[in-house]
Amino acid sequence: MLFDYETLKLIWWLLVGVLFIGFALTDGFDMGVGALLRYVGKTDEERRVAINTIAPHWDGNQVWLILAAGAIFAAWPITFGASFSSFYWALVLTLFSLFFRPVGFDYRSKLANPKWRNAWDWGLVAAGVIPPLVFGIAFGNLLLGVAFEFDEFLRISTHGSFFGLFHPFAILVGLVSLSMFTMQGASYLMLRTDDVIYARARKAAYWAAASVLITFALAGIWLWLGVTGYAITQMPATDALPNPLAKTVVPMDGAWLANYRTYPLTIIAPVAGFLGAFGVLILAKRDKAHPVASFLYSSLSLIGIIMTAGVSLFPFIMPSKLNPSHSLTIWDSASSHLTLNIMFWAALIFVPIILIYTLWCYKQMWGTVTVKFIQDNEHNVY
Amino acid sequence: MITDEIVDLSRLQFALTALYHFLFVPLTLGMTFMLAIMESVYVMTGKQIYKDMVKFWGKLFGINFALGVTTGLTMEFQFGTNWAYYAHYVGDVFGAPLAIEGLMAFFLESTFVGLFFFGWERLSKVQHLTVTWLMALGTNLSALWILIANGWMQNPIGAEFSYETMRMEMVDFGAVLFNPVAQVKFVHTVAAGYVTGAMFVLSISAWYLLKGRDIGFAKRSFAVAAGFGMASILSVILLGDESGYEAGDVQKMKLAAIEAEWETHPPPAGFNLVALPDQAKGENSFEIKIPYALGLIATRSLTEEVKGINELVADNEQRIRNGMQAYGLFLKLRQGTATAADRDSFDKIKQDLGYGLLLKRYTPNVVDATETQIQQAAQDTVPHVAALFWVFRLMVAAGFAMLLVFTLAFYYTAKRTVFKKKWLLRLAFFSLPLPWIAVESGWFVAEFGRQPWAIGEVLPTFLGTSTLTEWDLIGSIFGFVLFYTLLLIIEMYLMIKFARQGPSSLHTGNYYFEQTGRGGTHTADAVYADKIKDQI
Repeated sequence: MLFDYETLKLIWWLLVGVLFIGFALTDGFDMGVGALLRYVGKTDEERRVAINTIAPHWDGNQVWLILAAGAIFAAWPITFGASFSSFYWALVLTLFSLFFRPVGFDYRSKLANPKWRNAWDWGLVAAGVIPPLVFGIAFGNLLLGVAFEFDEFLRISTHGSFFGLFHPFAILVGLVSLSMFTMQGASYLMLRTDDVIYARARKAAYWAAASVLITFALAGIWLWLGVTGYAITQMPATDALPNPLAKTVVPMDGAWLANYRTYPLTIIAPVAGFLGAFGVLILAKRDKAHPVASFLYSSLSLIGIIMTAGVSLFPFIMPSKLNPSHSLTIWDSASSHLTLNIMFWAALIFVPIILIYTLWCYKQMWGTVTVKFIQDNEHNVY
Repeated sequence: MITDEIVDLSRLQFALTALYHFLFVPLTLGMTFMLAIMESVYVMTGKQIYKDMVKFWGKLFGINFALGVTTGLTMEFQFGTNWAYYAHYVGDVFGAPLAIEGLMAFFLESTFVGLFFFGWERLSKVQHLTVTWLMALGTNLSALWILIANGWMQNPIGAEFSYETMRMEMVDFGAVLFNPVAQVKFVHTVAAGYVTGAMFVLSISAWYLLKGRDIGFAKRSFAVAAGFGMASILSVILLGDESGYEAGDVQKMKLAAIEAEWETHPPPAGFNLVALPDQAKGENSFEIKIPYALGLIATRSLTEEVKGINELVADNEQRIRNGMQAYGLFLKLRQGTATAADRDSFDKIKQDLGYGLLLKRYTPNVVDATETQIQQAAQDTVPHVAALFWVFRLMVAAGFAMLLVFTLAFYYTAKRTVFKKKWLLRLAFFSLPLPWIAVESGWFVAEFGRQPWAIGEVLPTFLGTSTLTEWDLIGSIFGFVLFYTLLLIIEMYLMIKFARQGPSSLHTGNYYFEQTGRGGTHTADAVYADKIKDQI
């Protein structure tokens, strides 16, 4: 094997981060377009324009989400079980809202009835708002600690409730996430539309960027002053066989900022988060905004914010507030050396291939989607 | 506290959502392949009608595909939300094929499906054809990886239990990949998907022919479906996955249950055509046997025996006793009080640890199980025989009925007289539900027959669940049933609406409703039918 166990554990933490980022950058704008659907499109045809900017791509983009979940399953199996069952109702509701996307896109324009189309439009809005909100709330709860523990055979028991997830701090992180996805959606619409839809998207990008700046800053301050982090005081070697019960963890104020002190370079992450959103804000204010730059700034912001979450938690993945020593970290919840190695090679081979053909697909379908295009292709587009 | 109710509700939710998901999967498997074939004909011959066929059947495919995507997400999430201990206990092995499926197959399928629908104007003919083939390839590769994962649940090879990490760990990826059960399952399942796609096109085309609409379009579609369906149904039947029942004791038990074979008979065993199994007594209260047939089908030999249920139960009882020992040693190892000799003996009998875990249903400590509890646990290794026996026969009957339909359709298509055989067209039309009956029965047999195991011989199903409450499960099942029912109604409505419209829904101006108007004369279509008759 090319890498030792410790290195592979670290690589998989990075790879899961890459998958989250892939999801946020691509499916993020699909969800953002969904969230903004009824704002950017006032008429049926305008809404169809917005939908058809993502029509050929949303399904491929959604695979980033499926793959991120699959990678957690394969690389951190116990975390997959612990997190998905702890957030049971949040994830079931996310699933229900995601149901509206495939059918919403494909079925919406198959009938001309305005009630039918309106109903699906609301479904697409729900599918654009609920998942980012829930993912953000879940991340907020990771920072707060989740109420779970293990028995001696590593069977997890969860003690949280659905309503317990709605801690004000978690809701704030949910809003960060929703603002991020909306900003990404608005920036993408600026790239692919013109006229009134473009103008509305520009306005939405402006407000979403402002919202990202404000909520991200507030969450940072809250994290610094008001959220108790967790710190490892004793643990087995990082290349030891994973055992989530073998370490000692204590709650500690300010622990979530410790990595920025230890590794000052990581401050780049939150800086990129702010800088990107600020770039979108400035560009969207100008009449002749530069859509490509705006989209890149928005993407930079998303990458930065997701990295901020990862760096703050590191090496934790899911701290337990019930029994902090049972928290899951990248060192003690990983798969075996062999599985991590096989998966590493699979990812190394296929992720570049995926990127190549995905880019080819975007290149083939690129261009501005207009109302006239919808009128001309009424029966062939969504 | 995990109660029996929580286990049953978790199983119910998984069964409902999986069976529902598989209403859409086989059609996707079959249709992508048929679309690729039709488009290849279009690119080779340049005839517009084949392009219209791809577009129209593609429209129906799209309606189906949307729900396949929708319901597939549920399956992946559920391993974590509802089967948390399962995820931990086997994720090291089971998670890998699922993740590779995403990397290698699902990305391919989902990225190119968008270009399939929207790329007609943007891509050259050959580019679009390539996209369609890549979509079909992605779909089939997807099935391969999912069935490698499922095959491992049936016959978990290439992995070992580690007491340090308290889970199964991969030791031989090649063995997981080339698991004979997985390979047989893959071929059987995708071929069943092709049959589904073929029957779908055959039935709807038959309906157009009966109505005398869009004759040229329907005839060509019927012909493609008859040929493709003929080849596929032969593959499904000849490569039936009974041959996979050789590997592993759980598969042997499943086979014996399917055949209601309580006692081991001298080879070659007879095949029970009809039987009324009595689970409590361990015998059939009534049976009609075909001599030799079971031995031939199951072992493909005259001399190998097929083990009966009662003998397998006796074997399992012994393995449960070994499992108790293994569990005792395992506790010592976990507590750090084991000697080197303990470790060696554990390694020797740890393949029976799973059997020991079966006792957890009766006593959490396993090692203190009473004689009665051991007997009970051994009886638990028998799945419900009557259900498996009859549902399996339902699948086989549906399979042979389809063999008949496709044989006739293929024969008369080759003779070019299908057109005139109204009875055959009617038969083809009413055969539409058959593939779904067959595939859903098949999955029922495969998974219900795996019980009481989540992972055969390794992890009992009742240990795999998450720590949820009954109300969590009742609530989520209610939500799934509600959403899935609504979605199914909407899907069926659109499917029927567009199937009724036929290729006229493409708005090319060449088809039935566009030429004659609703309720108008059928002359134009008749002329068109005459015109293309010579081309066929």
